[in-house]
This record gives sequence, structure tokens and C-alpha cells, in this order.
Amino acid sequence: MIVSVNWLKDYVDIDVPVKEFCDRMIMSGSNIETCTEIGTGISGVKVGRIDKIEKHPDADKLVVCGINIGEDNLLQVVTGAGNIFEGAFVPVAVHGSVIPGPLHGQPKTEGGVKITRGKLRGVESDGMLCSAQELGFDDKVAPMFSKDGIWILPGNWDEQLGQDFAECLALEDSVVDFEITPNRPDCLSMLGMAREAAATFGKTVRYPDTECEKAGENAADYIRVSVRSELCKRYTARVIRDVKIGQSPWWMQKRLMAAGMRPINNMVDITNFVMLEYGQPLHAFDIRSLAGGEIIVDTAKEGEHFTTLDGTERTLHADNLMINDAEKPVAVAGVMGGLNSEIVEDTDTVVIESANFLGSSVRLTAKALGMRTEASGRYEKGIDPNLCSAAADRVCKLVEMLGCGRVLDGSVDVYPNPEKAPTVMARVSRINKVLGTDISREQMVSYFNGLEMKVEGEGDEMYITPPTVRQDLLEEVDYVEEVARMYGYDNLPMTLPDTSSAAPFPKDWDLRELARVTLCGMGANEIQTYSFSNDKVLDQCRIDQDSWERNFVRMINPMGEDTSALRTILTPGMLEVLGRNYARNIEAVRAYEIGNTFMKNLLEPDGLPDESCNLSIGCYGEKENFFTLKGIVCALLDKMGIGELTFVTESEYGLYHPGRCARIMTRDRNGDDTELGIMGELHPDVAENFGIGTRAYCAELFFDLILTLSDREVQYRHPPKYPATSRDMALIVDEDLEVGKIEAAVKEMEAGILEDIRLFDVYRGEQVGRGKKSVAFSLTYRNNDRTLTDEEADRAHAEVVEMLKERFHAVLRD
Amino acid sequence: MQEKLEKVLAEAKEQLKEAGTLEETEAIRVRVLGKKGQLTQILRGMGKLSREEKKEMGMAANKAKAQFEEMLRERVKQVREKTREARFREEKIDVTEPGVQVTIGVEHPITQVINEIVGIFRSMGYSVYESPEVDTVFNTFDGLNSPEFHPARDMSDTFYIGKDIVLRPHTSSGEVRAEKELPLPYKIVIPGRCFRCDTPDATHSPTFHQVEMMVIGEDITMADLKGSLDQMAKQLFGPETRTKFRPHHFPFTEPSAEMDVSCFKCGGKGCNVCKGSGWIEILGCGMTHPHVHRVGGIDTEKYTGFAVGMGVERIAMLKYGIDDIRLLYENDMRFINQFK
Repeated sequence: MIVSVNWLKDYVDIDVPVKEFCDRMIMSGSNIETCTEIGTGISGVKVGRIDKIEKHPDADKLVVCGINIGEDNLLQVVTGAGNIFEGAFVPVAVHGSVIPGPLHGQPKTEGGVKITRGKLRGVESDGMLCSAQELGFDDKVAPMFSKDGIWILPGNWDEQLGQDFAECLALEDSVVDFEITPNRPDCLSMLGMAREAAATFGKTVRYPDTECEKAGENAADYIRVSVRSELCKRYTARVIRDVKIGQSPWWMQKRLMAAGMRPINNMVDITNFVMLEYGQPLHAFDIRSLAGGEIIVDTAKEGEHFTTLDGTERTLHADNLMINDAEKPVAVAGVMGGLNSEIVEDTDTVVIESANFLGSSVRLTAKALGMRTEASGRYEKGIDPNLCSAAADRVCKLVEMLGCGRVLDGSVDVYPNPEKAPTVMARVSRINKVLGTDISREQMVSYFNGLEMKVEGEGDEMYITPPTVRQDLLEEVDYVEEVARMYGYDNLPMTLPDTSSAAPFPKDWDLRELARVTLCGMGANEIQTYSFSNDKVLDQCRIDQDSWERNFVRMINPMGEDTSALRTILTPGMLEVLGRNYARNIEAVRAYEIGNTFMKNLLEPDGLPDESCNLSIGCYGEKENFFTLKGIVCALLDKMGIGELTFVTESEYGLYHPGRCARIMTRDRNGDDTELGIMGELHPDVAENFGIGTRAYCAELFFDLILTLSDREVQYRHPPKYPATSRDMALIVDEDLEVGKIEAAVKEMEAGILEDIRLFDVYRGEQVGRGKKSVAFSLTYRNNDRTLTDEEADRAHAEVVEMLKERFHAVLRD
Repeated sequence: MQEKLEKVLAEAKEQLKEAGTLEETEAIRVRVLGKKGQLTQILRGMGKLSREEKKEMGMAANKAKAQFEEMLRERVKQVREKTREARFREEKIDVTEPGVQVTIGVEHPITQVINEIVGIFRSMGYSVYESPEVDTVFNTFDGLNSPEFHPARDMSDTFYIGKDIVLRPHTSSGEVRAEKELPLPYKIVIPGRCFRCDTPDATHSPTFHQVEMMVIGEDITMADLKGSLDQMAKQLFGPETRTKFRPHHFPFTEPSAEMDVSCFKCGGKGCNVCKGSGWIEILGCGMTHPHVHRVGGIDTEKYTGFAVGMGVERIAMLKYGIDDIRLLYENDMRFINQFK
């Protein structure tokens, strides 16, 4: 809501500087977006009258004007503007004056433009006639009469010829743009803001004059109104005869311009002025276009066509509320008038509509017809129906004041269910309890009175009735806020709650942080990627078409195809990050992400999707390989309290190199195998698809499963008292025999004294022959009750070797 | 005999003087005290002597042995020290050469800010409550007293995956869940990821994070809200930080406020960070609207509470002076590495 401070002063006394006005308005609940000075930066510009216009001798598009600036001789000014005429009052920037600019067709310059005497096509020009834009006004508020030309003032300025233009027109003003929250549509009006200012500064509002002189003719003789739909809460019509269209006076134009509206003509300006003043949209019909002198408010016929004021033909729906005459629709209620009932040059009698339409209905209609207007926006936000008559009366009063018509007596007012403000009981004790204050009843009552509310009752109970414009006050708590903002949030004390939390701190939160810290400790950076995904990116990952990763949760209103679904796995996001970093010549990356993934709810199609937390790890760089990543995965899972990991060869998962991929398995609480995730070296095609020009490695783990299986309880055991004995063995086995199988077989023996088996070398080459490899293990033997003898260790070791020879046809290598 | 002993001792003394390594001193020891050593030989030769002589010579030999051992120990000590010195000289390193690089990863700045906020509230006795990123329209709007036609409900603002299911546009969706799940009273924070239909630009991201804070108890007042947030601000932005609460409107709180903090860059004098005002808007908050408590079946006469929602990215950007929110989601390692 743009508020001119000068205009506001018409309704309420403001005797503090603008800065203080703004600060205090903010603290009483009217937040401010901006506060700007207007009408500044003009010096030396005078009020002038064009007394003579002659053709320029050498230029068809220029004229030479003689300007009266109250001196003996006329000032000679050359201009190219087409809208001037003899007798017009104009701003004259004389030699040496400064205007804010920009000059026509030029960019704005800091500090304005200095005007000097000069020759235009050989003819002396002693200054310049200015447009409104050149004097610093936005193009969109320049009066229609002077649009794209010299600013031609309304009215007579003979007395002010030669005087300072800015001073005579009182151009200087402060314009405050208030941020109006949706609960306070009443503040979308000058009077609404005046009420707020009055309450803030302890003043009273001066309401505008709405009483007209008697005309001796009744509006009801000219117009009949019937309301046939509940979507219209009230319809008030007044009639004005002998309408004379012209420019509105400067005081009105000035107010409209400060509020960001272009002055058009007196009738339009008056309706706009009153709309800004009261917040009530108004419409004017030419009575000649209302067949039968009737207004019928009713819903449209489905499929009916109607051409609105902007010249667009629209197709109506049965739920669109329309204003009709006896034969046809003439306006879309609360949205826009029709081309068929527009005010035109020779209009003599107008009907002023001041009506209240249901906001939700106007909203749907405006949306369906694709036209949001100033009026529809206001109806959507909510307007007090009690404003209809006051606003209509105010329009009439202004018509009378401006002398642009004859106001007929009375109005036609259809208002079947007059709205009353609800009286709410609010307790002094409750208000203080919520605020943590000790404000007296008297103080509270004075706040309410300052807000034009009536308070009854006694003791703790206050029965409060607000003005009907305040549609936001429905229950006690709403009055808590009124007291709080009038008391001042600044004045509320600061304390700490003495409640302790009954909610336990979740283990999952700390475990996730443990995972982050552990991964960071292993040199990985955390990343955060968008939660969006799409089919194409899974294609790039070579994920099968019928794979579970394609059970996307899709948005109804995505921003684009690429972000049309929610991620089912994190790895694609990781790959994009690896690719982006690779493209930026970053030599090595080790990164991880912990984030939620989403799967279509297959059991309940209308239910919430399955949401689960995953962990992805990705890396590339000189020092990275499958086993560095495996080392990270193992260390992390060990830290997370996951025991008994096995890595199972996987060669079918398209994302990964078929010979370098493993499913990561563990046992669940029941001892059953369960998959924790998958890891591997990227398939070269996938790496290429993501622009990663080197080998890269990724893992994705079901993090929620890790949280479930995590067992970090410490089982303390005394460090062994007796020394261990180790024995090495190198075995030649088939190339295909996995080390994991050998280790598992050894562990399965459950030889009482075998403590550990550890691979320390793998050799392939001529010495062991084609299709074979040599694997070297170190085995540790220990007896916890006494020192092991060499013979015992030898015997146990021989059993292991024997078993391996037998089971895997392994050959002991010398 | 005595002479022999003295001669052996004298010789050994000379030899020890010459010995420069532990191997040499060991050789001398063997030469004197070894199985075939000189002193050993002498002692062996005592068998032929009388008891009287034996006794006398025994004493002399033992004394000589002790003397030798003393000389040897002394020399060994000297040699050892010399060897050490030589080794130290030889093994001297240039300590200014670089250390072997150990890389420690960095948590994402968004995580760091969330952890910092959660940590502050944890120290104030709050717990964490987590709720899903995809939630019902009821938990997201209706339960929070959002008007039927609130613009946030529009498809141009919030992502829908069904008529009644949305990607939550705020962590406030967790409030309704918490009310239904947790026993009263409680103090919680609800951190998490949110989504809005914003095309990415310098200040907008379709994915972002919030931390919601929620307290319900028997005597929770707006003064408690102010005090709690003031304390948080001082911990988050420094002890000099001042807070200012401005009236505002949110459907789910009444009274509602926006909190500004004094600019942590200029201290309130006015600078480019605070756009000259000295204050920076940080969060929205208020006393939880009774409607929201009623949804959770909470006795609104007995219990009051407050709720706060703050944007993590905004705080991260202000704290670190990040001028483009997209940097947070690009994950350029050179960017992330700076947040050690």
C-alpha cells in the first residue's frame, strides 16, 4: 500500500518527522518496504503560460513558444512537443535550472540535468518546457492529458506565473510503501492507514465529507437493482446527471500520482481516489447502455461470450458472477466492466456501482478468465460490505466538489444481510499470561479505544466490538496481538521458559553426525544436491528400465522435465557433482552426501511416498581405486557399529564396471543376510555420460538400515595376556577363486586358536602360470590361557593349509 | 701373579682408550673376561696355589676384575654417547620441508549452520524432532490455520505430488506431527529440507533448509519467545548482538513477529550487508495460534507455546557473505573446502 504522507495528513495529524513516523508505524505493526522522497531535485523551474506558438523557420517538427513567466517580455523556448496549445500552463526550466531528468529519450543521470540556454536549429531557446517524467515522475503516473508531451497543468495558474514550480504545486512529499499482510485488507486504503497511524500516535481520524446537496430528483427513478445471487453481499448504486468530463484538479491528480496512479479524467480519477481512500472498488456505467434502466446481479450462462473493457472477448462460466441489464451482461462483477457500458465522451448520466462481491467467487472468476485487476485483487483479500454506501456517497460528494455532475438524491441499496462485527470476550488475565506482562485493564481498554473498538463488561472480562472493517478479529487471541503491538513488542520482557523437554534426543541425529565426522576424517567433503531427478538421468546411469529406482514420485507441477520427479537414489546427484568438478579441472575429489530418497507408495497410491535416508560416496583421482573406497566403506560401517560385512560380486548393475562392483551385505538381527548397498567402479559409459574423464568410484548405502542395525554398545575384553604366533602361507589358486571365499572357509573352521587371517599379497605372473594367482595370507594364532607352543601353531596352521588344498585345489607355494 | 694382573689391566686400559666403537669395546671385554680371556686364564691358574695364596690372589683378581669392569663401563658410555652424537648429526632433517598431507573433509556449510543452531538449542535443553519432507496438505496448511486460498497453497508456489500431498514448503509441517506424537511439555527444533517452486537464481533455490523451533508448556509467554531467541542470536552471531521484534502476520502464530538482529558486520551503524539500516531480518516467529494447538488435541487454556521458523541458507549466506545461493548446491570442492 503506497501512502503519500501529505495525503495521510488530510485524515490524521502527524507531527513527527517522517523517519520517526516510519519507525513507530513499523513497531505498531505496519511494516514498511520503502520510504522515498518525491518531487525533489527540481530547482529554478517556473510556472509559465504559453502565450504564443509559432512555427520554427527551419524545422517542421519544432515550434517556437513565447512563454509568460510573469516578466515583461515573453521567454522564447523551442520545443518539439505536440500537445501544447496557447493558454496552457506548463513547467518552464529556465536557463540555469536543474531538473531530475532523464531528458526525453536519454538515460537517467545522477544529480539531475542542468538546463542552459542554447540554439535549436538556429533559433535561440531560453530554457525548456518539461514533461512530468523530466521532472522525476514515473512514466506510468504522468497525467493522461500530458502523456508523452509537455506537462500541462489543470486549472488556472495566472496568479503563480514565474513562481517556483515545485513550491506552487507542493510537489515535495514522502511516499511510504507499507507491506500489508493478508489479515489486514482494511489497511489497503488511506483511511485504514489513517486508523493505524491514529492508534499509533494517539490521534483521532478525520473522516471525509460525504454529504451532498439536495437535487430534488431520486436515483431510484433512474435505476432498479436486483441481486439474484448470494455471491453478491451488497449492491449500492447512485446516479449522477449532467456529467462533464475533463481534467481533475491538481490536488487530486497530485494524490493519485503519489499513490502511483495516472490521472485520466475527473470521473475516473474520482472513482480511483475513493477506491484508494476507502479501499472500495467502484465502477461507473453509462446509463444509456443499461437496457430497461435495470441492474441484475446474477451468475452467467455457461459458454456465454462477453467483451470486457480491454476489448477482449471472454467465454463465461456458470459460476462467474455478472452484472446484467434487462437484456445482457454489462460487467464481470468485481473484475472488469464491459466494453458495451463504458463511459464515453458524450456520456451524460452515470450509475455509480459500489458493491460487495464474495472474495472467493471473484478470485475464481478472475483466475478462470485470466484477468487479475486492481478491483478483483481487493475483493479477493476481503472488503467490509458496510463501506459500499460511504464510498458511493464520497464519490458523489467529490463530483459535487469538482463540479463535474449533478448528484441525484438517495441511492438504490440492496443489502439483505447487513454485516455486524462479532463481539469477542477477551480476558485481561489471559492477555497478560500469553504476553508475560502485567498490563492493566485501563491500559488495554485505551489501546482498543484508540483502534476505534468498543469495550464493555468489567473486571477481567472485556467484551470487545471492533469496527466492521476489521475482519481479522475473531477470537480472544486476536486481541492479544492488538494489545501486544500497541504495548510495543520492544517493551515485552525477555525471559526463558522453565519447561524442560520431555522429548528424548534422537539417536539417529547423532549417528548421522557420527557418519559425517567419520567420513570427513577420511578426507571426504560433504555435498548437498537437489532432491530432484528424472528418467533421463537414470538412463545416463544405465539403470534398467524396469528397475526399482524408476518407481519415481512425480510432481504434478514440476518446474521442468529435469526436475519432474524426486530422487530414488543419491548417486546420480553425486555423479553430476563429480562431473562438474572434473570439468573445472579439480584433480581429485572424495565426497559424500547424506539425504532423503523417495519411492512411490505402491501399497497406498494416495498415501505419502516411502521416504528413506541414503548415503552416497564418490571419488576420483590418482590415489583412488576400488579398494580405497572399500576401505572407506568398511571403516565407516565399523564405526557405525555394523558387524560381519561381506562383499558379493555383482556384474549386472549397469551403473558399474561389470568386473568391479560389489553388493555390500551384512546380517540383520535375525542373522539373515541383508543388503546395505552397492559399490563399484563406474561403468566407462556412465563416466562419459557425466563428463568424468577418469576412473571414478561410487557407493550408495541404505542409511536408514545402517541406523537400524547399528550396535555401538562396547563389549569390553581384556587385552590378550599371552603372545600370539603368526604363520604366513602363499597359495596358488585359480584366478576366479575369490579371496573372500578363502577367508570365509578359514573362519568357518572355527579352529580354537586361529585369531585372524589377513591377505598381504596377490601375485599374478609367469611364475604361477596362466589362469592362476598366488595369494599370500598371514594367520595369527593365540591361546588366551597360556603361551602357545610352536608345535601347536604349526599343527593348527597345517590343518588350515590342508583344508584349503583339499577344498580349493590350492597349491602351497614355496 | 700380581704383576700379571696389573699388566692385563694396564693393557686393557690402553686398548679401551683406543676403542671407538661398541664392537671394539666388546672385543676387549671378551679378550679380558671371555672364556679364554686373560683374567679368566689367570684365575684358572690359581688352582695350583696354596689356600693362603688363593685367598690373597682371589681378592686381588676380583679387585682387578672390578676395576676392569668399571673402566669398560665408563668407556662404553663414552663410546655410546659419541655414536649417538654422530647419528644425530647424520640424521638431521629440514623441519621446514612439508608434512605428509593428510586431508580432512569438510561438512557442507548448510550442515554446519544447522548443527550450530541445533547445538545452541540442545544446550538450552531442546530436542530434535524430524518429520518427512513430503507431507500432507493438512499438516502443511490446514492444520497450521492457513486460509483456504492462501497463495502459498498455489501450484505456482508449492510442489504437489497429489491433491493432498506436497513437498513441504516449510518445516512447520512438523509441528502438527509433533503435537500428535510427543508428550507435553516439550521444547524441540525441527530441522530439515523444504521445497518451493522457485527457479534458481542468486537468492532463490527450489530446495532449501529451515530450522523450526517449537515450545509448548503451561506458562510459556511471548517474553519467553523473546528471551529464547535473543539468547540464540547472541550465541549464533556474537554476544554483542541485539534483537528487535517487529509485529508481523503468520496464519499459525498470534501474535506474530519478525526478528531482526543488529548487523554483525557493522554492529548496527549501517553497511552494505544490512543495507544501511543496521538491522538484518533473520526469522519469523510468534505465539502458536490456538487453532494449531487444537489440531493436536492440546488444551489451549492450559498450554501455550511459541514457534519459530528460520531459513538456513539465508543465515549461512549472511554469516559467510555468500552472494549466490546456487553456490551452496553446486558443490565445487574449492567452495566447500573453505568451510573448515
